[in-house]
Amino acid sequence: MLSIREVSKSYGGARPREVLRSVSLEVRRGEYVAIVGESGVGKSTLLNLVAGLDAPDRGSVVLDGRDIASLDDTARTLLRRANIGFVYQAFHLLPHLTVAQNVALPLSLNGMDLAQARARVLEMLGVVGLAAAAGVYPRELSGGEMQRVAIARALVHRPLLLLADEPTGNLDAETSKQMLALLREQVKRESGAGILVTHSALAAASTDRVLTLSADGLRPG
Amino acid sequence: MGAHLIPHASRLTFSGDRFLLLNALVLAPLRENAGRTALAVLAIALGVALGVAVHLVNSSALNEFELAARHLAGEADLVVRGPRAGFDESWYPRLSRLPQVEAANPALDLEVPLAGRPDSLRILGFDPLRAAQVQPSLLPERSSMTLELFDAEAILLSPSAADWLRLKPGDRLDVLVGTRTIAFKVAGLLPQGAYRQRLGVVDVATAQWRLAQLGRLNRVDLRVKPGTDVAGFRRELQALLPAGVQAMTPEIEGERGAHLTRAYRLNLDMLALIALFTGAFLVFSSQVLALLRRRTQLALLRALGVTRRALLAHLLAEGAVIGVIGAILGTLLGYALARYALALVGADLGAGYFRSVVAGLEVEPGTLAFFAALGVLFALLGAAAPAWEAARRAPAPALRAGDEEESLRKLHTLWWGTASIAAGLLLALAPAVDGLPVAGYVAIGLILLGSVLVMPHLVERCLGRLPSPGRASLALAVAQLKATPRQAAISVAAIVISFSLMVSMLIMVSSFRTSLESWLERTLPADLYLRPARFGETAFFTPDEQSRIAATPGIERAEFIRTQTLMLAAERPPVTLLARPVDVSDPGKVLPLTSRPYTPRPDEPPPVWVSEVAADFYGLRAGERVQLPIGGAARPYTVAGIWRDYARQNGAIAMDRELYVELTGDRLANDAALWLRRDASLTEVQQALRGRLPAAAGFEIATTRDLREISLRTFDRTFAITYALEIAAVLIGLFGVSVSFSAQALARRREFGVLRHVGMTRREIGTMLGCEGAVVAALGCAVGLATGWPVGLILTHVVNRQSFHWSMELSLPWLPLAGLALLIIAAAVATAVWSGRAAMGEDVVRAVREDW
Repeated sequence: MLSIREVSKSYGGARPREVLRSVSLEVRRGEYVAIVGESGVGKSTLLNLVAGLDAPDRGSVVLDGRDIASLDDTARTLLRRANIGFVYQAFHLLPHLTVAQNVALPLSLNGMDLAQARARVLEMLGVVGLAAAAGVYPRELSGGEMQRVAIARALVHRPLLLLADEPTGNLDAETSKQMLALLREQVKRESGAGILVTHSALAAASTDRVLTLSADGLRPG
Repeated sequence: MGAHLIPHASRLTFSGDRFLLLNALVLAPLRENAGRTALAVLAIALGVALGVAVHLVNSSALNEFELAARHLAGEADLVVRGPRAGFDESWYPRLSRLPQVEAANPALDLEVPLAGRPDSLRILGFDPLRAAQVQPSLLPERSSMTLELFDAEAILLSPSAADWLRLKPGDRLDVLVGTRTIAFKVAGLLPQGAYRQRLGVVDVATAQWRLAQLGRLNRVDLRVKPGTDVAGFRRELQALLPAGVQAMTPEIEGERGAHLTRAYRLNLDMLALIALFTGAFLVFSSQVLALLRRRTQLALLRALGVTRRALLAHLLAEGAVIGVIGAILGTLLGYALARYALALVGADLGAGYFRSVVAGLEVEPGTLAFFAALGVLFALLGAAAPAWEAARRAPAPALRAGDEEESLRKLHTLWWGTASIAAGLLLALAPAVDGLPVAGYVAIGLILLGSVLVMPHLVERCLGRLPSPGRASLALAVAQLKATPRQAAISVAAIVISFSLMVSMLIMVSSFRTSLESWLERTLPADLYLRPARFGETAFFTPDEQSRIAATPGIERAEFIRTQTLMLAAERPPVTLLARPVDVSDPGKVLPLTSRPYTPRPDEPPPVWVSEVAADFYGLRAGERVQLPIGGAARPYTVAGIWRDYARQNGAIAMDRELYVELTGDRLANDAALWLRRDASLTEVQQALRGRLPAAAGFEIATTRDLREISLRTFDRTFAITYALEIAAVLIGLFGVSVSFSAQALARRREFGVLRHVGMTRREIGTMLGCEGAVVAALGCAVGLATGWPVGLILTHVVNRQSFHWSMELSLPWLPLAGLALLIIAAAVATAVWSGRAAMGEDVVRAVREDW
């Protein structure tokens, strides 16, 4: 479903720094993959390339048969809107939208009508255990609750691919454990596949396959 | 992620704690937001510059006016002044023989029209021998030249008059008396520095003879004996003098200019202050948003141990830095503007008060320092509220995201805002203070301030009622606005200030212009107008010339008007006496009455009609009686009505010409209104008129259309400085809008990043921001209209009435207002979209996550 072939990416002007060098990865439908590695090795860059938020210098990123690198910005955005869900370390809920509005956002962007969207949003909030918090604003929630909302938002439109970037980085151990279980369960239920970027061995252990990203590329283990 | 690092700390260059904090809290943020800082500095600089320029030009003109009066009076302790028609010369020996008088100099002081050019020169006829005792500085350095003055053709010119006329000793100067040209020979120049204005000096006998004032004087300068109580003697003298002749000190004479123009000057000062006010608001709105953006840094500093007081001081210092730079720039710019304005529109900034005053720019360090300090004060005031709020905010909640709206919610402004508006509306009913519309201006200030204060609550209520659209980008825009009404209120307030100023000024100017047009329609009913000269006091048509004009082929009817002056009070400039045919039973036909006409009973004194200005100055009402010194004697008259007169700023009194001739025997006329026969050709009548009057005369023939156009051009020129100040204030307001939008867009970079992550295109985010901008601007325009309306009414009916004493009909320029509103909404949408584009210019990925 996702095929990354020989992807390289550098940043910087006069003295560019090569962040990724000839990285390849295949992710099959239903698979949940963890990518681990040291800070600055390019894990998040890889996620951005997969999401079409950035373009590789070399190589290809093919999602569901479409080469993301060959699309223009609008087409990449529309592809992302329909097929990708994001979970971030810092939650990134929109502070001025209620919990339900945050979760409804991807559905609204994908043109779903309000009645249908409301039912789906309540369903997802129920799944993450926050049905009662639909009308509250993110600032009224704890970190763990905010991350549950973020997970609901990432999966509400049943994306092909879920991208999670250090989703437990800001959470305590117990909450992290609950969140990882929820993520795995929901990826398997609502999404085609998932990629989890993390430093944490515990988080990595919740996935089907663990890959280590280093200067030499991606390797199993 | 490094969320709680202070971004400027890495660039600290000072080692001491104090400088470290100063740099982190004051200098680095100013540098970091150079564009925003520059706009705030510019706004303050513009306000200061306008204040400095207006004040320097005005005070230079006034200084010159006062200096001229002092120089002309020389060593005189009292000046006896009569109207233009003067008083009998027999008063001179009577005055000079008074025991308190040491020396007296008889004089004729007249504005004389120049032949061949539409201008006039002040000519003073005095006794050169007496002048040695009273006005020695006005005498030539060489005594032989003084003797030359006894030559009936000789005239001495002040150096500025000679420069202006491009004449030198020996040259000929032609002036108009009646419709004839009279030639003088320039005998020499007055000493440099003796009199800086344009002046011609002749012997008083020459003036009486050649300027057709035989047996008349209109001025006697008196030097009293040492030890005389000047004030007491003035009172005694006044009781002695004939009606309409005033004894005054040279100081009163000099202060008349200040008195005449002070309302106009106050209006200009107020406009400059409004520019400063909008500048302060710009500082306020940009500081509120900047401090919201920096709230976590500030909270961290508080958590690290920076005291509340230190934080407040440093944040105020940020405003002070903006104020100081703005004040310095504004002072320099103001000086340059003053020089430019003086050269371009003259010492009275185009208003016509000091038409012939030649003023050099005088730099007053005190004035410059005052306006610079005002600039710093306004910047500090603008920075004070946000700094206070930021300093007293509890650090813990501020370290959490999303408390921006909460922190703004703490500003309880509804009560204060409502009270301020109510007080403003009540104050608008107050009368003038010492002849100045002080209460009116305070009322405007309070209404503007109140509208800003009620804005958060008003905006919250309005936005809360917005329907939620189906389209995601629009729904997001509405959700954003509904969730952040207090932040939106800052942008709305910037537009309200800007738009309400536009609305109010447009209402006032449009009302004035429309009223002027209808006034011109009423007061210029004839087809042609004829006058012997545009300016000056010695041009007139003799009865014979009037007959010839009336008998010109093609003319059906001719009316002649005689204008004279009446001195009703020493402290005030003379009132114009307008002797014209008036139908007592229907005065409204020729005079635009603003009061109900009063027809005097047969046993009551004859009627006069008083202009609004004169009625205000002398407290007159229709039906009352007034003593007027006409024809050398004070007699009672009945005020038969009050009329609107936009032409004479010092007031006018109209009376029927037949009555005037009966009282004075004066059959001369200054203006002729001519109605043509239906079949007459305008060009042929004009040619025929020229053939019937002396060829060399500088008379003017103008059609009604010409006069209307000239009057409206003069109106527009008079309002040129007002327009300039208004544009400045409006620009500052629009700066405010752009600053608040760009600050908010920058603060929302991470949000834009998240939206891009979840699949919103740049265009959709642009649509969202455009929608936000449109809603904010539309709300701003609506509230601006609601605020500008009462402010416009106050400007039209209170400030204008109390300043200039003439009334206007209210006229609402709907079309320009609608156009302006659309322009502002379009500008706001463009600014919002542009700000968002600029904020999204950087990689959106980095907006969400700083590291790789």
